[in-house]
Amino acid sequence: MVDYIKTIESEFLREDVPDFAPGDTVVVNVRVTEGGRERVQAFEGAVIRRQGSGLNESFTVRKVTYGVGVERTFPVHSPSLSGIKVIRRGKVRRAKLYYLRSRRGRAARIKEKRTPRP
Amino acid sequence: MGKGIIGKKVGMTQIFDDEGRIVPVTVIEANSCVVVQVKTESNDGYDAVQLGFGEVEAKALNRPKLGHFENAGVTPRKYLAEFRSRNGDWSDVEVGDPVGPDVFEVGQRVKVRGVSRGKGFAGSIKRHNTSRGPMTHGSRYHRGPGSRGASSFPSRVVRGRKLPGRMGGKQVTVPSAEVVRVDTDRGLILVRGPVPGPRGGILKVESS
Repeated sequence: MVDYIKTIESEFLREDVPDFAPGDTVVVNVRVTEGGRERVQAFEGAVIRRQGSGLNESFTVRKVTYGVGVERTFPVHSPSLSGIKVIRRGKVRRAKLYYLRSRRGRAARIKEKRTPRP
Repeated sequence: MGKGIIGKKVGMTQIFDDEGRIVPVTVIEANSCVVVQVKTESNDGYDAVQLGFGEVEAKALNRPKLGHFENAGVTPRKYLAEFRSRNGDWSDVEVGDPVGPDVFEVGQRVKVRGVSRGKGFAGSIKRHNTSRGPMTHGSRYHRGPGSRGASSFPSRVVRGRKLPGRMGGKQVTVPSAEVVRVDTDRGLILVRGPVPGPRGGILKVESS
């Protein structure tokens, strides 16, 4: 029997999703339609969680703007994202970085992951 | 009421619409429906169409059923269901015609009918959404149904009193579900939101 759910989901899966993990700093380009005009809005911050699998997967990006923490959750395969760019790999020891919410400034830093030279 | 199909619930997933919004959908498989009988006002007293769904081996059926399929000239089917014909919805079909997902259009509303999952003998909290008492502090009233009524008057329990009992396993109708997509190649329809029953359950889908 064909797995119909998989075939339907596969139509929507995006192939251009980069490899990123919690702790990474990313720029998410979101398409916003306002007044019939479409433009791209960038949201930059740290990935604090990835959740779900397949088409249902989503991730949450946290940034601090004017002293206020802002978190946005996006579906990984959403067609309204025009792109995800990883700008920094972070070294973290857990999968959900909720502890960042209670930290401010220097304490909320994430160490950069150093990959050994080939 | 109008055209419809018998289908099988495949499961749920989510897809994105044109504006990038997530739409929760149930996938219903409906590829082997066939008209088994056409009922007419003059012959049967009302207009309707009987559809069959799901292939089955001939030896699994009894003689009367086999004869019914033989008269129609179609291979035996596992499930039969009748769809009333109003305003001549079904006037373009004849016995033996295949009926597929193409009877629906994207965006139209349908009635989805199925048998809900059986929950067995359930208490009144699960079955009727009553609230529970405190679990501690000597309450002695936890998840019970509460008082059944007064004493010498009326000397009986009022009809319809919410009590524990069998829950689920009954026919449930979703009166107005939106058709999100019609896939004639694979014989599928996608309906917004949930529908009754487990995966693999048989559903009756009808234009509403």
